[in-house]
Amino acid sequence: MIKVIRVAKIEPFIEKEDDGMIICRCEEITKGEIRRAVYEGMRTINEVKRYLRAGMGLCQGQTCQRLVQNIMAQELKTKPSELGMIQGRAPARPVEIDIFSNNITDVKEG
Amino acid sequence: MVEKRTADVIIIGGGIMGCATAYRLAKQGVDVLVLEKKEIGNGGSCRNAGGVRQSARDPKELPLAMYAVANIWPQLSDELGVDVEYHQGGNLRLGLTEKDQQVLTTYVKKSTDVGLDVKMISGDEARELCPYMSKAVVGASWCPTDGHANPLTTTLGFYRKALELGVTFVTGVTVLKLQKVRGMVRKVVTDDGIYEAENVLLCAGYESRRIANTVGIDAPIEKQFNEVLVTEAQPKMFDIMIGVAGGEFYGHQSEHGSFVLGGNSGLQAFTSHNDNFVTNSLTTPCISRGIIKYFPMLKDVKIVRTWSGFYDQCIDVLPLIDNVKEVPGLTVGFGFSGHGFGIAPAVSIALSELILKGKSTTIDISQLTYDRFKTKS
Repeated sequence: MIKVIRVAKIEPFIEKEDDGMIICRCEEITKGEIRRAVYEGMRTINEVKRYLRAGMGLCQGQTCQRLVQNIMAQELKTKPSELGMIQGRAPARPVEIDIFSNNITDVKEG
Repeated sequence: MVEKRTADVIIIGGGIMGCATAYRLAKQGVDVLVLEKKEIGNGGSCRNAGGVRQSARDPKELPLAMYAVANIWPQLSDELGVDVEYHQGGNLRLGLTEKDQQVLTTYVKKSTDVGLDVKMISGDEARELCPYMSKAVVGASWCPTDGHANPLTTTLGFYRKALELGVTFVTGVTVLKLQKVRGMVRKVVTDDGIYEAENVLLCAGYESRRIANTVGIDAPIEKQFNEVLVTEAQPKMFDIMIGVAGGEFYGHQSEHGSFVLGGNSGLQAFTSHNDNFVTNSLTTPCISRGIIKYFPMLKDVKIVRTWSGFYDQCIDVLPLIDNVKEVPGLTVGFGFSGHGFGIAPAVSIALSELILKGKSTTIDISQLTYDRFKTKS
């Protein structure tokens, strides 16, 4: 973790023309919402994820992670690599509770 | 601009306790600086199932829970300007056996003794409230004023509001030790140099013990590993917070539609997590088996992610919320033992009063002293 000093922004939030663009498709989070979250104090990609749900949907951020990083980096005038990565989570693909439970009994060997 | 290194109050720990107390202090005009090792809410604050629960709490911390539910949670979204997704759908704690029923009855008795509206109901009555559960449920405790909320937006909502009121947060800084000057707490020594304040609040979860030790204060708390699974979104089924007497799992359906269900394997003290937030291959299957016992109709719902966190587990499963006599100026708020989220908005009131007035006047925390631990003989 790099050191970050966080204080409230003094200048007002300025909307942009392409703010309506959907960035996280699973959770339908727009560029404007991500920009505003950064303005309101979110400084890492995990904080944006927790605040907005961007990257929390079915694909778990596999589609939008880079896009979110780039938008944040532009807003904060920093490198995308300084914003961290979305924490990878098991399972890699959605799996039914029943399968996870090892309760399936009709699988035969051979 | 000169970097801020001093404040009236330094808060160690940018979790929900630290963020909420920073907010309360800043609202009263206090100059606050928060130091956080990682990200905002990286510990238990963003790693819990969001229970806002009074039932099955120890009467010693029940005043905090009852105050929060009666006075803070219902208005919190408006107060913070962030949707904390608070739902007061009640809490069912389910039992499958006679023994479970006894466990629940004992809790109900303890809670009603201190004025909580909670009662035992039959399995059929429970199924009337929540028709999705198995016939195997023979009884339950029911507390209609319990509920749940979103720990992520609540924690970050307090953070955002504190920031807005002028609080400075420094993240990515590790506190190494506290130092006294003329008998009073004064210096917070970090890997980024020294920060100074006349009051220090230590609310760093499971890191608190290590830091308290540097000024000769110890507390019987340890890290305890726990995991949570999250499912894909489902149509709205119920608003009730679910717990089970057998401890297989707990959780709720979130506003988003996903189920957020936590638990452990029972072997978590011995499985290797290497102090990282990894999940263990034993746990999700174990929680899944528990879910199917009580809610068989959820068996085809898909799990989209699993995550883990650590409790700051205290020996008596209760927090330490107090001013430290031996170290004037030091206030502590840790040891929440896995159920701090729901009471956090009330804890922050107690902590801000401890700092500003020297004692908690709004809520009774007299049973949660830091020096209550005695040897067994």
